[in-house]
Amino acid sequence: MATAATGEGRKIVINPVTRVEGHGKVTIRLDEAGRVECARFHIIEFRGFERFVQGRLFWEVPVMVQRLCGICPISHLLAASKAMDVVVGADRLTPTAEKMRRLMHYGQIFQSHALHFFHLASPDLLFGFDAPVEKRNVIGVIREHPETARKAVLMRKYGQEVIQATAGKKIHGTGSIPGGVNKNLSLEERDRLVEDVDTMTEWALEGLQLCKGIIRSDPERLLAFGTFESIYVSIVRDDGCLDLYDGKLRAKDANGGIIFDKVAPDDYAEYIRESVRPWSYMKFPYIKSLGNEEGWYRVGPLARMNNCDFIDTPLAERERQEFMALGDGKPVHATMAYHWARMIELLHAVEKIKELLNDPDLQGANLTTSGERRGRGVAWIEAPRGTLFHHYEVDANDQVTLANLIVSTTSNNEAMNRSVRSIAEQHLEGKEISEGLLNHIEVGIRAYDPCLSCATHALGTMRLQAQLVDHCGNLIAEGWRE
Amino acid sequence: MKTRESSTGSILVLGYGNPGRQDDGLGPAFAESLGSLGCPGVTIDSNYQLNVEDAVSVARHDRVLFVDACRQGEAPFVMGGVAPVRQIAFTTHAVSPCAVLALCEDCFGVRPEAWVLGIRGYEFGVAEGLTRRARGNLEKALEFAGELIGQWKEQEHGDGQSA
Repeated sequence: MATAATGEGRKIVINPVTRVEGHGKVTIRLDEAGRVECARFHIIEFRGFERFVQGRLFWEVPVMVQRLCGICPISHLLAASKAMDVVVGADRLTPTAEKMRRLMHYGQIFQSHALHFFHLASPDLLFGFDAPVEKRNVIGVIREHPETARKAVLMRKYGQEVIQATAGKKIHGTGSIPGGVNKNLSLEERDRLVEDVDTMTEWALEGLQLCKGIIRSDPERLLAFGTFESIYVSIVRDDGCLDLYDGKLRAKDANGGIIFDKVAPDDYAEYIRESVRPWSYMKFPYIKSLGNEEGWYRVGPLARMNNCDFIDTPLAERERQEFMALGDGKPVHATMAYHWARMIELLHAVEKIKELLNDPDLQGANLTTSGERRGRGVAWIEAPRGTLFHHYEVDANDQVTLANLIVSTTSNNEAMNRSVRSIAEQHLEGKEISEGLLNHIEVGIRAYDPCLSCATHALGTMRLQAQLVDHCGNLIAEGWRE
Repeated sequence: MKTRESSTGSILVLGYGNPGRQDDGLGPAFAESLGSLGCPGVTIDSNYQLNVEDAVSVARHDRVLFVDACRQGEAPFVMGGVAPVRQIAFTTHAVSPCAVLALCEDCFGVRPEAWVLGIRGYEFGVAEGLTRRARGNLEKALEFAGELIGQWKEQEHGDGQSA
């Protein structure tokens, strides 16, 4: 599929605007015959953060990168901390440090996935893609499923409490530092979190059953929606286990064959490259050996389910096996299966939280370690939306001379374009921005849980704006949605 | 599940914004400054942005002051009452004060009085620190809020005595 701007077709532009300047938009270009020619989901803001970090002292970076995005600051804090572990020579963290960071990370996964499913995705699934937007939102869920909505708020709150107990505070959390952590978990903090963890597990299972039930009730429509085959990239543990905090990089092709495996962070540039396109400030990562056109891939919950061999928590592993049966021995390619995979991870995260809370290493006093100082640090983590890469070069004065970040939404860039194209081919009629088209594009993009704040380093809420432009560039229709 | 706060009171001040975006950090700076002045009985919190779980904190208070940076409008600040509005954004994990109040009412059955204090900011680029003009506006907003919170406390005290 061509996604470049060629020819003089008509364009439909869908333009979500963020609070602070940066915004993304969806453009659907039609050919002369009025058929969908290509689709783009792109961002119109300069990514200035890497340059901003240059010259800063390396130990400041884990705190600074949290300001990239108010949505997943913990992912950036941990990815930067891991990269700086390499710089300070902390090749093996103390058990307390490693487990405190993992607890922090699972708290972040739990709160992010709970919010996305219950408040953003469940209205689409519960009420149907064609339901009016006035109903197909979280308010509709509250009206018709009030207990589900209340539980979702409290699940999110629980995840935030895990983060606060491990990171220290909401803004500029300093719990994770180069070489380890600066606090352990007090018995009081532990007991407070233990009190609710079984309830959270029960609610996570309920949410998963809800999601699964909806998809199973209409599999032909939901599993075909915006779906296409792709490559999947994620980190996995050395034994093939799902590991959201640490591991080596694995890529699988559309049939489940291994493209590469056990790639260490420091070697990432040998396997992953990034291209730029003139119409977007978002970068386009791709697998080097396959090239720019064929090497695009998907990341996130669906990729992680497809790539791992097993999960080391019993409830999530049982659910993974049921999920993978959808693919009949091959990867699951359904875009809406992102939601199902996300809920398996929600369950896994709370199982890991419980496991860690019962581990006395969290009360240990040995918090940091160090070794031979290095001038380069590369690390990754599986953020809620997918693999997050942080790469820094540091000079002898401890100043950062180079920073490169590949954020999850960027990796899903091409995949979102393809989903939008697939949806537009089915739902675009005439020269109107119909409610139906807007609804379906919204649902398709939302499956990836894109974070424009993260991708553009801006912050804020988004509107969906649509413009229909003829082949001469004249605006012939426009619509938008909060 | 029980809900908990580090400190509780009838008044909640919630400052939000991103300190890595220059004047967008006015909300957290306000919360930090107010906290350093010492406000017994007032719960002060800050974050990069509002989230759905803030509805839990809001539900535990009688009066809420949301403090945010304002990109347009009068300097040094504007203030207005805010009511629950059932709204949802296209795709984001952040929510507005109106939406937090709506969640608070719908999920927990309470509707505290709430206001938004918008402090005028000028620069929102990728950089740390407030601009000089924004710092001036912050000082005036703090002075105003200090008096307002004092009045609220007096009203509560009066209500308590007459009850």
